[in-house]
Amino acid sequence: MNRRHLLTTAAAAGLLASGCASTASPPQAAAPVLRGTGDLGVVVLRASGTLAIIDTSHRTLLGQVTGLGDLSHASVVFSRDTRYAFVFGRDGGLTKVDLLTQAIVGRVMQAGNSIGGAISADGRLVVAQNYTPGGIKAFDAQTLALVADVPAEYAPGKLSRVVGLVDLPGQRFAYSLFDAGEIRITDFSDLAHPHTTRIPNIGRQPYDALVTPNGRHYIAGLFGEDGLALVDLWQEPPKVRRILNGYGRGEQTLPVYKMPHLRGWAVAGRRAYLPAIGHHEVLVVDTESWQEVGRIPVAGQPVFVMAQPDGRQVWVNFAVPDYHRVQVIDTTTQQIVRTLEPGKAVLHMEFTPRGESVWISSRDANRVSVIDTHSFATQAVLEVDSPSGVFFTSRAARLGF
Amino acid sequence: MLFFPVPCLRRKLAGAVAFLALAPGITIAGNAQTVPDIGRQQALVRMVRQDCGSCHGMRLTGGLGPALTAAALAGKPVEALEATIYGGRPGTPMAPWSAMLSESDAHWIAEQLLTGFPELPKAHP
Repeated sequence: MNRRHLLTTAAAAGLLASGCASTASPPQAAAPVLRGTGDLGVVVLRASGTLAIIDTSHRTLLGQVTGLGDLSHASVVFSRDTRYAFVFGRDGGLTKVDLLTQAIVGRVMQAGNSIGGAISADGRLVVAQNYTPGGIKAFDAQTLALVADVPAEYAPGKLSRVVGLVDLPGQRFAYSLFDAGEIRITDFSDLAHPHTTRIPNIGRQPYDALVTPNGRHYIAGLFGEDGLALVDLWQEPPKVRRILNGYGRGEQTLPVYKMPHLRGWAVAGRRAYLPAIGHHEVLVVDTESWQEVGRIPVAGQPVFVMAQPDGRQVWVNFAVPDYHRVQVIDTTTQQIVRTLEPGKAVLHMEFTPRGESVWISSRDANRVSVIDTHSFATQAVLEVDSPSGVFFTSRAARLGF
Repeated sequence: MLFFPVPCLRRKLAGAVAFLALAPGITIAGNAQTVPDIGRQQALVRMVRQDCGSCHGMRLTGGLGPALTAAALAGKPVEALEATIYGGRPGTPMAPWSAMLSESDAHWIAEQLLTGFPELPKAHP
């Protein structure tokens, strides 16, 4: 029985995974085509509520999955077997998509307004971070059943918008409260009684956060102050300290037309590269001493500052009106070595697992460009409608992604 | 939440503006404000849906920034919306868009928000 079940599953997966869903030829009795998922990924098509499934080996579009709701700010995490993508939509929709059958296999409307999510290290819990109602919610990754609801209450009856949710070792998650200037760590190891540790007074208006690749440091960017909040998670109890304090002191603040995003890619070797707020600079900090070791002037307000997997180069994109550019920093010299213009409204970048290529989405050019990170040559261009986030399954193996 | 505390920049007859919005390039008597032409209006619709949408949502249902649907804005004076768009709101993430918008652009956007903001044209195939 088990064997028959496996064959049936494989056949269904193989047939559908063998070509674009919209152009696939009728199912035939041919042997099933098996494939892995390690070179798969998704591109969010924000205007149409669609997820494009792509293959990074052949640099092709495999198919599109529609019906994911409002994806104007969408993020994606992957199951640890890298078969399923969990998509968090702006409208509070949480959708589980099977990358092989290219189908939605689960969907819940879990909030009124959502900003993203994370998955536990053991792959059992998917956690959403929400603006409305402010808080986090944990779901069974298999069924999407709600298993725990943790409102971000910071004063009686007042819920904060939650930003910067990351997974930590164990079934723990760290996140920041935009409205309360607080970092919280919730432990879901007892689902009936989630335990939350509060770290107050971290600074005004944390807008996003990251956890370093080793899981030791949680860093929240602050919109309301020049500086970032750092928590050493290996310390007991965890305490907050300010880093890069007053980085913009005495300088004219420039308008921030889009909030920067932080993720674990910011770390290259022993340095972290972080976007300044209101300054057209990338801040460089030593991750041993947490002292500033440099500032790199760039072409606009940085949004994503992302180190290649090998840490050799850091790629930066920008807020409107400078978002037709991408700049590349050489981490051995701290100099910009390249300015690329892959198409108007660059919204996101994603490295292939070993970092030989970077996929860059250009919303207004309706294209995703695949660029060689060594030669900067364009290796492929995929035409898709209003692409935003690009997410590869290799994230499943990384803490904080 | 405190909303649009900025004092009114100017007073205007909303009905007259709604009518003039159909006639691009016409200067509103008395304050030298022009209505953006059709090409500019299309650019503004795209900008609001896409770029303002980063914080307010493409459907303007809110995010880090508040919802900007007609229902959410009901009763707000157009001048206050215009002033927020043009000058920003200090102390919040709402940036001043004066480097990218004229006051006429900001006024037109405020008018459209109050009456239900236009949709983007259908995506290309």
